[in-house]
Amino acid sequence: MKPFAYARAGDADQAVAEALAPQARFIAGGTNLLDLMKLQIETPAKLVDITRLPLGGITPRDEGGVSIGALVPNSDLAADPRIIADYEVLSRALLAGASGQLRNKATTGGNLLQRTRCYYFYDTATPCNKREPGSGCSAIGGVNRILAVLGTSEKCIATHPSDMAVAMRALDATIVTQKPDGDRRRIAIGDFYRLPGDTPQIETVLEPGELITAVELPPKVEGARHLYRKVRDRASYAFALVSVAGVVRMDGDVVASASLAFGGLAPMPWRNPAVEAAIVGKPATDANFAAAADALLADAKGQGSNDFKIPLARRTLIASLRELTGK
Amino acid sequence: MKFNINGKTHDAEVDVRTSLLDLCREHLGLTGSKKGCDHGQCGACTMLVDGRRINSCLTLAVMHEDSEIVTIEGLGQVGDLHPMQDAFVRHDGYQCGYCTPGQICSAVGMLGEVEKGWPSHASADLTAVELSDAEISERMSGNLCRCAAYPNIVDAIREVAGKGDRQPVLEAAREIGA
Repeated sequence: MKPFAYARAGDADQAVAEALAPQARFIAGGTNLLDLMKLQIETPAKLVDITRLPLGGITPRDEGGVSIGALVPNSDLAADPRIIADYEVLSRALLAGASGQLRNKATTGGNLLQRTRCYYFYDTATPCNKREPGSGCSAIGGVNRILAVLGTSEKCIATHPSDMAVAMRALDATIVTQKPDGDRRRIAIGDFYRLPGDTPQIETVLEPGELITAVELPPKVEGARHLYRKVRDRASYAFALVSVAGVVRMDGDVVASASLAFGGLAPMPWRNPAVEAAIVGKPATDANFAAAADALLADAKGQGSNDFKIPLARRTLIASLRELTGK
Repeated sequence: MKFNINGKTHDAEVDVRTSLLDLCREHLGLTGSKKGCDHGQCGACTMLVDGRRINSCLTLAVMHEDSEIVTIEGLGQVGDLHPMQDAFVRHDGYQCGYCTPGQICSAVGMLGEVEKGWPSHASADLTAVELSDAEISERMSGNLCRCAAYPNIVDAIREVAGKGDRQPVLEAAREIGA
């Protein structure tokens, strides 16, 4: 690990001020950052410890919904009775990720900012545009079984590894931040992540020194069914090859509302309004589910060893929709 | 820096890069916790920090100056074993023993989570947790055992949890959808 300066912040104002230093990074759970620092993939000059900030609560919002403090650990969030009752897809997604030990440490804010587990991002002996901009992508034409089929670019085909963020995307979460100048922003999760394009090293719209303070969820969808279906190489403790987060409300045999987000397929938790449009207001039939899968995968591009993800995503979506609609 | 480990205060001057695991092993002579992968994948380094099981390799010592840390040495000693240590011995829940301190700390933390009603990926109903063999396997998936002593580890944990004898293999397999 490269040497770094360490500062412990007492409140958000102090944290963002400390983080203005060059190459500073916030640290909370540290489960991903320290892993990457040991491999010298991340080499911050300064760590700002935010674990003492008062951002650990889950509170109801006046306008409905809940506000989840950025430091709420994944395990506490998954087990919270209000989250289980109103946002089961989020509990299910969290419980499908990582291990008990990691969930006890990993935080809500940090989970959103996880880096990809692309083999080449981790292998410092190989080129990687995300790790070393301009060096090239080893995954294209290389071993890419776990990598993306949607939203990729010629520079990067990495997937976003989070399960939690996929559920947050289906739930229309809003990310609340504080900037070094004191300004606060509320960023819809659909606007939070960036596609790789020519700059795969830039993964979110966060500015230098900007701190995630909370994640807000809108009021629950009354009468909806929730599902998080994760397909992976092992029964436990493995990243998603494909995952589906769904919140669907039925009106008789007709799909009244649907929000669907996908993991394992793209550089960000993926959502495409055309997928939902293919089923909303229509009877829950396999033909309509197939149309939703067509919409999801219309632009899908396999890279060789990840070609299997395209039919796998189709089947996983259709199976998920059968379950969500009671078909 | 001062650290509260196994109920005692320890003084140590360490580089800020030092993990909690390395603090214990390399600076304080507490070598019970093991370093397997050093990347949070194997669970051999599991400790209880403020009552929660965590991977001690993936956290900095400097971040835990005011934490209550318990390692395998703090759970019990020869002649005064923790019930989980005793159960691992009687059920032969290990072969080489390298992963065992992490398994035991993890199992103790895990049963605390069950006590609090925390669900798992194996829970059909997230509000009514019942500790089955499938639940134990899922909840312990962050602890790898290369000797594959898993059946005996599950036996030991089940006994401490007061859940009786081993489930028939086929029944347990059906529960996890195998």
